[in-house]
Amino acid sequence: MFIDPKSITMDVLNLTTLMPMLIAIVGGLIILTIDLIKEHIHKSLYVMLTILILIIDLGATLGLTYGANEKGFFDVILMDGIAVLSQVIILVASILFIPLALTSKRFHEYSYPEFFALFLFMIAGFQFMVSSDNLILIFIGIETASLSLYTLIALHNRHNSFEAAVKYFTMGALAAAFFSMGVAVFYGISGSLELYQIADAIQTRMAEPGIMILLLGGAGLLLTAFAFKLSLFPFHTWAPDVYEGASAPLAGYMSIVPKLAAFVVSMRIFEMFISLNIEWVQTMIIALAVITMTISNLMALVQEDVKRMLAYSSISHAGFVMVAIALATEKANVGVFLYYALFMFTNLGAFAMLWVSRHKSRIHHARYDHPYEKFSGMIRIMPMGAVVMALFMLSLAGVPPFSVFWGKIYLMSATVDAGYIWLAIVMGLNSALAAYYYLKLIVYMFLKAPISETNQETVYYNVSKPLLTILGFTVFVTVASVFYVNPLIQYITMMVKATNFGM
Amino acid sequence: MDNILSILIFFPAIAGMLGFVVDKNSAKAYGVSVAAIELLLSLWLWVLYDGANAGMQFSEFIPVISEFGIAYNVGVDGISIFIVIMASLMTLLGMISLDSDLKKMKNMIISLLFLEMTMVGVFLSLDAILFYIFWELSLVPMLYIIGAWGGPTRVYAAVKFFLYTFAGSLIMLVGLLAMAYLFQVESGIWSFNLLDWYTLKLTDNEQFWLFLAFFAGFAIKVPMFPFHTWLPHAHGQAPTIGSVILAAVLLKMGTYGFVRFSLPILPDASVEFTPFIMALSLIMVVYTAMVAFAQKDMKQVIAYSSVSHMGIIMIGVFAMNAEGLGGSVFLMLSHGIVSGALFFLVGVIYERTGTKYMSEFGGLATVMPVYATIFGVMLMASVGLPLTIGFVGEFLVLLGFYKVSVIGTIIAGSTIIIGSIYMLALFKKSFFGPVTNEKNYGLKDLNSKELTVLIPLVLLVVWLGVYPKPVLGPIDNSVKALLVQMEDHAQSESTKEAIIVSKKEVK
Repeated sequence: MFIDPKSITMDVLNLTTLMPMLIAIVGGLIILTIDLIKEHIHKSLYVMLTILILIIDLGATLGLTYGANEKGFFDVILMDGIAVLSQVIILVASILFIPLALTSKRFHEYSYPEFFALFLFMIAGFQFMVSSDNLILIFIGIETASLSLYTLIALHNRHNSFEAAVKYFTMGALAAAFFSMGVAVFYGISGSLELYQIADAIQTRMAEPGIMILLLGGAGLLLTAFAFKLSLFPFHTWAPDVYEGASAPLAGYMSIVPKLAAFVVSMRIFEMFISLNIEWVQTMIIALAVITMTISNLMALVQEDVKRMLAYSSISHAGFVMVAIALATEKANVGVFLYYALFMFTNLGAFAMLWVSRHKSRIHHARYDHPYEKFSGMIRIMPMGAVVMALFMLSLAGVPPFSVFWGKIYLMSATVDAGYIWLAIVMGLNSALAAYYYLKLIVYMFLKAPISETNQETVYYNVSKPLLTILGFTVFVTVASVFYVNPLIQYITMMVKATNFGM
Repeated sequence: MDNILSILIFFPAIAGMLGFVVDKNSAKAYGVSVAAIELLLSLWLWVLYDGANAGMQFSEFIPVISEFGIAYNVGVDGISIFIVIMASLMTLLGMISLDSDLKKMKNMIISLLFLEMTMVGVFLSLDAILFYIFWELSLVPMLYIIGAWGGPTRVYAAVKFFLYTFAGSLIMLVGLLAMAYLFQVESGIWSFNLLDWYTLKLTDNEQFWLFLAFFAGFAIKVPMFPFHTWLPHAHGQAPTIGSVILAAVLLKMGTYGFVRFSLPILPDASVEFTPFIMALSLIMVVYTAMVAFAQKDMKQVIAYSSVSHMGIIMIGVFAMNAEGLGGSVFLMLSHGIVSGALFFLVGVIYERTGTKYMSEFGGLATVMPVYATIFGVMLMASVGLPLTIGFVGEFLVLLGFYKVSVIGTIIAGSTIIIGSIYMLALFKKSFFGPVTNEKNYGLKDLNSKELTVLIPLVLLVVWLGVYPKPVLGPIDNSVKALLVQMEDHAQSESTKEAIIVSKKEVK
């Protein structure tokens, strides 16, 4: 829709929809300004400031009206249920993530205020990404977030962090190219970049000969782009290396927030095709999901490093959730958010456990930071730590009643409801397959003797009160999930119902 | 005490959590006292239980995830009450039997207490998801018990045990979710309540697939032939206490699952699958009995004989009449007591000599007369000698099965003969004749701790062998109610016939 420049009023701009992103951006700028005024400020100030900004951001997000699918800022911002919901999840994950910077040992990246500023810019990028149905704004959101994220990885200042950042950047650039080509195809078909207009145009042109080829091209390109972002097979190869290169909390963060944001966008784009009864999109996504979870589970079995194992495990979890995009039912969409809301705490907790035991140099293995051997006999050295890690592993494996189990059965139930019994069985068997590598860590921790050089000092190397607080909180949330799953499902269902997916 | 079931389930769990604080030198005393209180509570449940009432008693219902129809829903009937009592009895005896200088005693006690919670929980749950939660959770402490205190390849055995059962139960989970979905389609509300599911009428096709899904979970747990391969490893590597609990209680979860889920929810498919299950069970009974005969390791003989007897339980469950079903519920108890006791006995000799090979023994009866006597009694109970607990269940099962298939009964009955051959061979090789191994001269007979464990079991074997009525009565009531419910619920005439024929004769 063309808006006459003279008639712009504040009402048309509807700036409240833009508030959450603005808060994050202004917050980032404030942090940079503080650095200008006074140098060498302790990282704890930046951490706390970031948390406060994120809390204000969360408040602003919760205060948005989402029921009316409100549009804003030249109609490119769309505040609907899932936009608000995913922003809430993203912000909560970020609030949990940032205190992990307060380690007892000094790590290079956190001494720069740029880290925190970039972090806030990245969140703003994700927020743009999830709250728009305009393909250009989605693209800008993806790139803002990704470019900040590449830098955050590289700031870890290690040889393989640079490698990871460059690898991620190259892959990201490729994905961006695929995305823009896909968008171009749809612009060609419909003459618009708004998803709902694209849907209308496809609907009216469905009968035309040759339109399917165009759709195949467009959807294929977009699917490839998102397969990169969601690390779906065969575009997943970057993920383990990047996770390994990034610091443990950042790796944990990367397996949640960017994925969730990409899932929200995929939900908007691909469920449009599925609701237009274009069946091959559905088939393609199911095939991708099944192959992704199976292959990554098999790959995870042979890993020697816990962090790489967790990297493959989060790829397989993404494959698991991808099934929901193919189903495109309301229950499946609720399942996506439920899964990530529950998975978030457990996965971040597991990566935080790795962070606690992280050393500046590799003392256990020439190649890996967290080989399995490092954790052997942990029950004798630090029983609480071993129990906590075991709880995270059991939760990831989907053992009831820990948190991820509820996400799993909800998604499996959605699959069964949609009539894909075989798919639900594949999902179940994949969970059993995955249980093997989670158990492997438990076996090391509980059933093997400690190797000589590990002791409490080496395992608890990096611990500090903020880390313990975060760990305690995530464990509590993982274990007590049964008590809050019901309100969580109610809230998510309410939000998903308040969304009309561009139709 | 209307909420006695919740107390029974959560008391051991809370005790387990508090157990972390208890000093490690008093851990065993703590565990024994907690388990004793739990046993008293379960006996108190028996006192309160109304044997004439066949339905669910002491039911509690608290919605937990109402959006999704999941509730905390427990209840007890004649089928589950005695298994719960047996589970708490075996846990108590297991705790007593623990060697007081066992390494990491505190961890063992805490694992056993959590295991007890899951065992009691499985048998009392009336909500499918609650059942599934306890079912899966029971794997975790057992994994630790086998993996931490087992033999040389314990880790392999423990992980195999976990993954095998975990894979099966995830397929079962898909079945449970499909069931809930079908219920939702029919009634418009989500529910995982078993009693709701009992009212649902399903088509043949739906029943067929659901039966297979449930079968995957339950059959691996039983373990049915050919899914039994995890069990010999687990028994071979598990410490005595692990084997006792595994054989006595955990395997019963499988057969209990068939009784509680497959039969009443899917009556038509159950009847349809009967020949298949019967064939598998007969193969299992005869094949594992033969394998048991070929073993050199005493514990493996007991392990395979235990699998063989699980086959008889399966036959009874699918006989679909009051004798067969009642007999197999009773046999679950007697199998728990007898095979538990046999594993205790093998543990006694292993503790003294460090070996389980029969060739190392011989003439033990002259050195350890009391031990030999108790072993003899348990052996006889295991092969089903009249006036022992084993006879009652086996006889009822064969009686029930006779009405279904005469030839099958002859084959199954032959196991009593094969069973007595290998058991007596074991007894002869190890206990009779001259003492062949000089090292065995110095063996001490049972001490007071071992007698405390074994005497109650001997008494039970004889008491319930001579006078099974107090237990058999409530079982019979609930089993009949289950069969009536199945018959009302069945849709095809042939199913009704398969159930009704035998039922008339009961009345």
